[in-house]
Amino acid sequence: MMDYDSLLSGSVKSLKPSGIRKFFDILAEKQDAISLGVGEPDFVTPWHVRDAGIYSLEKGFTKYTSNAGMTEMRREVSKYLYRRFSLEYDPMKQVLVTVGGSEAIDLAIRATVDPGDEVIIPVPSFVCYGPITTLAHGVPVFVETKAENEFRLTPEELKAAITPKTKLLVLPFPNNPTGAVMERKHLEALADVLRGTDILVLSDEIYAELSYGVHHTSMANLPDMYERTIVVNGLSKCYAMTGWRMGYVCAPKEIIAQMHKIHQYCLMCAPTVSQYAAIEALRNGDRDIEMMREEYDRRRRYLVDGLNELGLPCFEPKGAFYAFPSIAGTGLTSEDFCERLLMEKSVAVIPGTAFGDGGEGFVRVCYASSVERLSEALLRLKQFLLSI
Amino acid sequence: MKEILRLLEKDARFTPKQLAAMTGEPQRKVEEYIAAAEADGTLLGYSAIVDWDKVESDNDTVTALIEVKISPQRGDGFDRIAERIYQYEEVESLYLMSGAFDLAVFMTGRTMKDVSHFVFACLAPIEGVTATATHFIMKKYKEKHRIFEKQEEQEDRLLFV
Repeated sequence: MMDYDSLLSGSVKSLKPSGIRKFFDILAEKQDAISLGVGEPDFVTPWHVRDAGIYSLEKGFTKYTSNAGMTEMRREVSKYLYRRFSLEYDPMKQVLVTVGGSEAIDLAIRATVDPGDEVIIPVPSFVCYGPITTLAHGVPVFVETKAENEFRLTPEELKAAITPKTKLLVLPFPNNPTGAVMERKHLEALADVLRGTDILVLSDEIYAELSYGVHHTSMANLPDMYERTIVVNGLSKCYAMTGWRMGYVCAPKEIIAQMHKIHQYCLMCAPTVSQYAAIEALRNGDRDIEMMREEYDRRRRYLVDGLNELGLPCFEPKGAFYAFPSIAGTGLTSEDFCERLLMEKSVAVIPGTAFGDGGEGFVRVCYASSVERLSEALLRLKQFLLSI
Repeated sequence: MKEILRLLEKDARFTPKQLAAMTGEPQRKVEEYIAAAEADGTLLGYSAIVDWDKVESDNDTVTALIEVKISPQRGDGFDRIAERIYQYEEVESLYLMSGAFDLAVFMTGRTMKDVSHFVFACLAPIEGVTATATHFIMKKYKEKHRIFEKQEEQEDRLLFV
């Protein structure tokens, strides 16, 4: 009999499995369920993009590409980032095409963190930063952002979290799950804290295109920040391409060179068919982004309006496709609220606690769903609130 | 306010309250705008898209596209003849076309015989109509952005993003 407990990696065993697994099990058995749980676009990838992928298969382009990604793909990424966000990256030395934004985050953390290094992670946020830091034998330092600050990271909070061991600051804005954005002036305030330190920034900008009423600014746009910032982005959210696993990372060439090595040993290259589709998206997909953003914006207003009307206070999320209403007034914990809402009314939303401390008292509602479904979900939510 | 028309074109069942929330306009303004658009004919009407193949019935209907060639009349151009055609209740849509023919008539009848009868008894004899060609629609794939056959859904996934 193998004693797996003593055989398996301690740092892996220390990772907590996702707490929402049980929700999916319940959800799978419900016939009439409305899931506002999964954070992905409900759109299908635009046809011209799918077609480009299909065409590449017809032509038999099924081999590996260069490790860093096809030259054409890197060029399109470079052009796109300049066109949309005024970011300048050399396609040959500063762009790496990855298997989704997730791989890019993994590479960025592994390429920068030595054992014992601290990584500052604002929470609530996407779930992967902490575990990846742990796997790199770094130390995650979680900083709770506050509803009264519209879930932005403040310079005071950042300053308080910095120690001599701080290596990296993760900046996940626009934010999953809160929908918070950091505008230029807010980033400037953080930059003031970072200037004169050796701290690097991992700016996860996967939701950059989904900013409403504000234009996204990257940390790398700011003076003295370009040289310390690693920009992670991808095609999943803005082009509705989650299943293609297309991400990329841009940074000073010295950092990319190190990330390139990890990528080359672990992944070889991002999927070839996806790169062909991605080239088409980056080249001819600006209008698709616009169309989807407009649609999300309508749903956003609709949902936030509805939640506030039901007495679930919700600050105006200006990015991503999530609303993060407070459910504290119900007297239930986030987890109880979500479990009962799912059991009793077949509506799935995610407890704020799934995204780290500071999420208690909130739930994440994804509005990448038709207005019809959102409308039905709000109706059921209303009935639920009356019943508790 | 064009936004409201676009949204209604997508789904005419959006209520003024929903439209107000989605566009960020006050509900009263939305209601006024719709009322004005209905009054001046900008909003011509509302209708449902039905997949009749899903409806059990003995008397299936047939839809046809009839190409019509006409010789334009002095003074009135094509309009006078078009008017004579669209007055028929059977005619669903009528468009003036560029290209090989002049008018495209869409009509639905109970049977193919109905359609044929309409063509030779009503349409062809109209003065100025010089030729017709009738095409029956065999299958509807998409209408007004709606796809008739439900696409396959991906399997349920357990994931967390």
